[in-house]
Amino acid sequence: MMKEPDRKSIRVDLQVIADLIKPGSRVLDVGCGNGVLLDYLAQFKQVDGRGIELSSEGVNACVSAGLSVIQGDADTDLKDYPDQAFDYVVLSQTLQAMVAPRAVLEHLLRIGRRAIISFPNFGHWRVRLHLALKGRMPVSDTLPYQWYETPNIHFCTIKDFAVLCEELDITIERGQSLARAGAARRIGSTLAWANLFGEQAVYLLRK
Amino acid sequence: MTAPSTPPAGQPESQTAKQQDRRTDGIILPGHRVQLARTEPLHLDCGVELSDFTTAYQTYGTLNADRSNAILVCHALTGDQFAAEPHPITGKNGWWDMMIGPGKTLDTERYFVICANILGGCMGTAGPREINPATGRPWSLDFPVITIGDMVRAQALLLDHLEIEKLFAVTGGSMGGMQVLEWASLFPERVFAAMPIACAVRHSSQNIALHEVGRQAIMADPDWCGGDYLNQGKRPHRGLAVARMAAHISYLSEKAMHRKFGRRLQNRRSVTYGFDADFQVESYLRHQGITFVDRFDANSYLYVTRAMDYFDLAEKHGGVVANAFRDTPVRFCIISFTSDWLFPTEENREIVHALNAVAANVSFAEIESDGGHDSFLLDKPEFRRVLGGFLNGAAQHRGLPT
Repeated sequence: MMKEPDRKSIRVDLQVIADLIKPGSRVLDVGCGNGVLLDYLAQFKQVDGRGIELSSEGVNACVSAGLSVIQGDADTDLKDYPDQAFDYVVLSQTLQAMVAPRAVLEHLLRIGRRAIISFPNFGHWRVRLHLALKGRMPVSDTLPYQWYETPNIHFCTIKDFAVLCEELDITIERGQSLARAGAARRIGSTLAWANLFGEQAVYLLRK
Repeated sequence: MTAPSTPPAGQPESQTAKQQDRRTDGIILPGHRVQLARTEPLHLDCGVELSDFTTAYQTYGTLNADRSNAILVCHALTGDQFAAEPHPITGKNGWWDMMIGPGKTLDTERYFVICANILGGCMGTAGPREINPATGRPWSLDFPVITIGDMVRAQALLLDHLEIEKLFAVTGGSMGGMQVLEWASLFPERVFAAMPIACAVRHSSQNIALHEVGRQAIMADPDWCGGDYLNQGKRPHRGLAVARMAAHISYLSEKAMHRKFGRRLQNRRSVTYGFDADFQVESYLRHQGITFVDRFDANSYLYVTRAMDYFDLAEKHGGVVANAFRDTPVRFCIISFTSDWLFPTEENREIVHALNAVAANVSFAEIESDGGHDSFLLDKPEFRRVLGGFLNGAAQHRGLPT
């Protein structure tokens, strides 16, 4: 497919996610923030997009921009949606902030024919090194919070995530790790490599 | 200030001009009048058939050539059709003046805004204060009990008359929001976008209780005369004023009320050890009550509060609210306010949950405001921004020029 003209520049993991979504599909973006991905998908992929966002600022910005977004909490509000209501359900950089990530993951794959999940990899070598050498919880520009104030209460590694998918009988259609520079790399048999050098991961899943 | 527009070209003039409504209090109400259900009666939920009844309405802006830019604004309990112009009785600005007008959120340069007095109301549409054609006397309590659904079906007849097949949008707060939900449920094919504000899928027990206090206040006034006061030349002003005072408290928030009045005394240095209005808040409430009776009919107050009490979307749909919206093509935007304790965010969220259950296209925002339930009548920039943004998005999808 040809690249669209005037592509907007969006966060690299959002771009990787957007590239996984077929034009014209129905998308639910869980934790959609200020709607950057939804806006991009509406503009360049003609999707029928919806969003859930916890913060009022995010919601108000989205609705004011004409996006269909509700104020809500993924931990409690996903249960309302019917089975297979969307082609894709997206959860970007939010899984680690869920109270019950496993339950959320199961809901995503119930509501959507496919789920696209991106999360920061706690197995990245910098994280490991930080913990090993400094003996303290890692704080960096990608993980900027102190342990006592972080919204990220359920960190996992790429390996952890792959194991959970197996336990839940979830099929990984495609896994990509993103290095610091933003280059996406397919996670195939190189799980250990990805787990060490991928700063974040983007997974396309189906049940 | 927008002047009420004349009906658009091609629209039957009907009775608009000739039938001015001279009320029992001698005031002549301006605006449009139309007789509806002339050939076929309106079947009310209570079982009565109502034919040839008057609806009073106002319009702002111009209907476009393909009649696709109409927005119906549904008024709340004691609101009326004078949404965006000085009120003919009180002289105050229209209740949604900040929202409707050229360049405003409901931009009358883009949209054709319609606001009709509800069935059972007292500003020109058929209700207990109007003359029963069968007897030539006011209906009073002979007027059939009205539901939110009846109000909406009557509005649908008005749209037929205006030859508007499909509304671009329908919106309203509180009881207006209930009408919006009923619109989307009864006539999903006639609504493109629905914006129910500060409302719920059912009237809660607490809200029914508050309404009952108001009704009892009216009925306890000896001048109510068992509902027959219009024929006996009396008005239950005291009862109606008390009803309004009680209700008015529920429209505000504790915080806003305390900020506005605190425990400050009214034109005195110390309490009087009596039952005068010592406190500013008492004086304010009394004023609210006294001014209300000039523009509202006591029996009508009984009818419209009852209509709200009876509202329960779940009950009408097998106990499941979502059934009211199955396969709905309507785009929804639900808005609640943080300090609203009459229709709290949690109750608004129930609408959202029901709509999510049918994977409807829905937006939902909670607006920060300490103005209580009446926040939807206040000038809240964030509220206008969210509602306007949603409306713009919907207009794009509808293919209306932006």
